[in-house]
Amino acid sequence: MMTRRTALAGAAIAALMLATPAFAQKLDLPRQKINLVAPPFVHAHEQATKAGPKIVEFRLVIEEKEMVIDEQGTKFQAMTFNGSMPGPMMVVHEGDYVEFTLVNPDTNTMAHNIDLHAATGAGGGGELTMVNPGEQVVLRFKATRTGAFVYHCAPGGPMIPWHVVSGMSGTIMVLPREGLKDGNGKPLRYDRIYYVGEHDLYVPRDDKGNFKSYPSAGDAYTDTVEVMRKLTPTHVVFNGSVGALTGKNAMEAKVGENVLIVHSQANRDSRPHIIGGHGDYVWETGKFSNRPETGLETWFVRGGSAAVAMYKFRQPGVFAYVNHNLIEAVELGAVAHFKVEGQWDDDLMTQVKAPEPIAPGKQSAVATPAHGH
Amino acid sequence: MAITLVTKLAVALAFASPLAAAPFVSEISAGRAEAPVAELVELASGTMPYRAAGEFTRAGRPVTAPLARVGVTVPLAIMKHQVAAADYRRCVDAGACKPLAAAAGAEPDRPVVGVSWRDAEAYAAWFSRVTGERWRLPTDTEWAFVAGSRFSDDGDVVDADDPSRRALARYTREAALKDDGEERGVMPFGSFGTNEHGISDLAGNVWEWTATCYVRTALDDAGAAIAATTNCGVRIAEGRHRAYVTDFVRDARAGGCAAGVPPTHLGFRLVREQATWGSWLMARITAWRAG
Repeated sequence: MMTRRTALAGAAIAALMLATPAFAQKLDLPRQKINLVAPPFVHAHEQATKAGPKIVEFRLVIEEKEMVIDEQGTKFQAMTFNGSMPGPMMVVHEGDYVEFTLVNPDTNTMAHNIDLHAATGAGGGGELTMVNPGEQVVLRFKATRTGAFVYHCAPGGPMIPWHVVSGMSGTIMVLPREGLKDGNGKPLRYDRIYYVGEHDLYVPRDDKGNFKSYPSAGDAYTDTVEVMRKLTPTHVVFNGSVGALTGKNAMEAKVGENVLIVHSQANRDSRPHIIGGHGDYVWETGKFSNRPETGLETWFVRGGSAAVAMYKFRQPGVFAYVNHNLIEAVELGAVAHFKVEGQWDDDLMTQVKAPEPIAPGKQSAVATPAHGH
Repeated sequence: MAITLVTKLAVALAFASPLAAAPFVSEISAGRAEAPVAELVELASGTMPYRAAGEFTRAGRPVTAPLARVGVTVPLAIMKHQVAAADYRRCVDAGACKPLAAAAGAEPDRPVVGVSWRDAEAYAAWFSRVTGERWRLPTDTEWAFVAGSRFSDDGDVVDADDPSRRALARYTREAALKDDGEERGVMPFGSFGTNEHGISDLAGNVWEWTATCYVRTALDDAGAAIAATTNCGVRIAEGRHRAYVTDFVRDARAGGCAAGVPPTHLGFRLVREQATWGSWLMARITAWRAG
């Protein structure tokens, strides 16, 4: 009898056999090892560089674990890169070589791999990186295209969407060596960078309508696929759970600072919007070889891509950053907050008079039509 | 906060039927629903420094809510615990309360959550009927009095020239009140401890509906109210911090323009009206007729 685990391992072996062996060429380039940080933060990096290409080393450890995804305490069997939803963001420059070690500890139960949309060939690396529990693999690819790109687990067949909506996606950003430009050759620099990873989650419910929890991801599989196939998520979250980027964990900025916001969605469309703010420069498709759009109210993130927006906050306050499908934002969880300190600009906005009772006799002056319908 | 406490005693209510004395007993056949037993804490009247809920303006400009010494004038009897899901269920079974949403998901022996202000009102009416006593939601003032040290003052500085100051102060204050390490979900009674009056789970993760409406008050230069607009479609929910919630909402959420920290869960507890012998008798007769 074939257990689920042996079936998964079998799929992994099949994928490995399909893969063409790739032998690492010796590259005589300087190496840089980078320790990744958990989102919404991004590891320190140069925005532009005069140095030549190098080999940038990363380490991604896959972790299957239970996570709480909302205020009701709903327990979710997550699969993660480095323990976070989304996986950490990697930043390199065009022409650099990305060399990462993908580790699948034996505490996990499933085979995993990684498909990087920034990479060329072999399923974005997916065919060469399938690792069973207890294995690790090293892959190197050349960052030939600039922009923010999604990476995700793609271990074959029905495992692909399930692993992705279980949390296994992240972002890699390839910067032009000379940095970002406004589309007219003027360099753009950011004072802060935030990385918002959005996930659509599909949690099964019991007969009473309560969310179900499962002892392991494998146990959740059958019921979860049933919910997935309806294409209606139960949760749409930023950074892994409802409210993860609010309250004490709200993102921060100061008036006058340029903030770069990278928004990734590996599976489903989204439409980020800053309530009370704008996108000064927006690479809606996330790719820096295209001119940024300017002055946007909302931008579209195609499922399976990452968008990049730059905004200079001009007023202090609490700004909600939402998926402007407001049902997804308010009912399903796709809300983050920015706390912005600084000086209020009366010229941009002022409350001329606070709310007060309507003056007698004026109540219907506007509302009443001249004649009825 | 100085509150003079003269008496503090827990009172188990007496009921005509011996069956009703046991909590969570099943319904007796064909009869009206038995009343759940409420453990009460009685507080003597007293005063406290208090900032009323709502918005305040002076000369057409927003101002910080004034701090005043107010209190309750008669002894106050309030439920020691929030109303349990099992108790709410009895009201539903009696046809007097609306069923909870399927996903509200409370265990019977834990606080009922996912209830709107209207649900809480319906429960109070039913509970009054079956006990023959007068039960109602506390006012915001009463809740603050009862909560004592658990009450969270929201006197954030209002700077009419910089609306962001208050928004940021409120957001930061409310966020700081949240314990990131706490268990989420609805917890067993007593999980958030008792306050100095022996009242359980105040300012935990279940906010409590109050009877108080959303009011905007215009003050004169001396700080006296000269006009007010009242919106009773929004009621005050009290807990870790004050929240303004639409009365038919069962599950408050943040987002959009209401960028703030929403109540995690919405529940309630009731106060018992002080009754004279005559009014008590009338209430019993009414209950008997209604039953």
